[in-house]
Amino acid sequence: MLAKRIIPCLDVKDGMTVKGVNFVDLRLAGDPVELGQAYSEQGADELVYLDITASHEGRRTFTDVVSRVAAQVNIPFTVGGGIGELADVERLLGAGADKVSINSAAMRQPSLIDEIATYFGSQVCVVAIDARLDADGTWRCYTHGGRTATTRSLYEWAHEAQERGAGELLFTSMNHDGTRQGFANDALSHLSATLSIPVIASGGAGTMDHFRDAFTLGHADAALAASVFHFGDISIPALKAYLRQNGIPIRQQNDTHHDKQQHHATTDQQQ
Amino acid sequence: MTVAIIDYNAGNIYSVVHALKRLGVTPVVTDDAAAIRMADKVLFPGQGEARQAMTHLHQRGLDTLIPTLTQPVLGICIGQQLLCRHSEEGDTAGLGIFDAEVRRMRPLRHEDKVPHMGWNTIEVPAAPLQAAVATAAHPAIFDSSILTEGLETYVYFVHSYAVPLCRHTVAQTTYIEPFSSAMQRDNFYATQFHPEKSGPVGQQLLANFLAL
Repeated sequence: MLAKRIIPCLDVKDGMTVKGVNFVDLRLAGDPVELGQAYSEQGADELVYLDITASHEGRRTFTDVVSRVAAQVNIPFTVGGGIGELADVERLLGAGADKVSINSAAMRQPSLIDEIATYFGSQVCVVAIDARLDADGTWRCYTHGGRTATTRSLYEWAHEAQERGAGELLFTSMNHDGTRQGFANDALSHLSATLSIPVIASGGAGTMDHFRDAFTLGHADAALAASVFHFGDISIPALKAYLRQNGIPIRQQNDTHHDKQQHHATTDQQQ
Repeated sequence: MTVAIIDYNAGNIYSVVHALKRLGVTPVVTDDAAAIRMADKVLFPGQGEARQAMTHLHQRGLDTLIPTLTQPVLGICIGQQLLCRHSEEGDTAGLGIFDAEVRRMRPLRHEDKVPHMGWNTIEVPAAPLQAAVATAAHPAIFDSSILTEGLETYVYFVHSYAVPLCRHTVAQTTYIEPFSSAMQRDNFYATQFHPEKSGPVGQQLLANFLAL
């Protein structure tokens, strides 16, 4: 059965991960490549790297990070942040990213979604939407990291993005982001029921139950989180074991195979 | 050992190059018939649309070269599909190594999203299907280091077309319907999933292929 995905998100500024990272046994906690590799070894199903640099210099550095990630990490990864035109997509895919995530630029120029889908295929095009549930009961979209309100509603824009060729939707609830009180399961459930592309839940992860609920109540296909993983509040192997116990289809690294290889290695040494 | 990756303008092959480098092998990426023929191992990856991919192969004369190769060849994703007789995608004639017809995956319920994208399990196919696929000259690469009955093995897929189960199936996956997630006929090996993106399992599979 197709597994639900667990996705750690890493913010990268000037070539280093930012936000607190509290990883035991990690020599270079700030190195996005090493951190991604560690998450991958723990069983993360995908990674998302967001470029939060504003400068041109920083952008070049980020491209360099992307090629180092591509060289080291053997699971799929998505990159986002600062993608404004097709040339940016080409640069990042050329550096080895599997998918790109577009947000403000897609809202400003929706045809960018069509272009990415046409040139590179829908499967590389993740449309990220930041939305807030306003007092009037409408989920309103915001751009520029949540600073700029738009006139678009979440459901209407998500539908348009799908029609234009988005391969996945990454929905961040601004009401839930940073609260650690759980994901926006009602909105997620509505998106899942009305869209035919996978939906990634983002914003609000605090406990392992929250991930379970995003899958069982929100019907999300994947769940993304940053700080709970970076601070070590939730370990990915424990989370995945918990979700499996709750009957959710989750990939586990095949430990038996590892053990077998380790065993071979030990035997060889003894001989 | 020389390893050639067939270059025919079919999508991102960086990740395959990197995966081989992680295993200590630096492949040559080439569309040169002589270089491909001389290589010890040949990888045939790719993504994209079948008819266009076949056109690119034809322009380089690779459509006639590939079926004549005698060293181990590994087709990945659209590589597996192009090794089949025919694809529904663009009504495209394939290379005919596998006697199978590639079909569009058709959703039966709302939850059946196409493309099939993400981590799914591969399983040992029903016994009659895999009878006599591997031989002493061309051993299986899906051995117990990858596939063990009763153990879940997850690999990473991204595709909208699939090969139904057939006599060349060596691993199967169920998404909407069961399909061939890996195939073998003589020296031709193929996977619908992406071993280069499938974590330690994918790495092991590539290592098995390189060790042939």
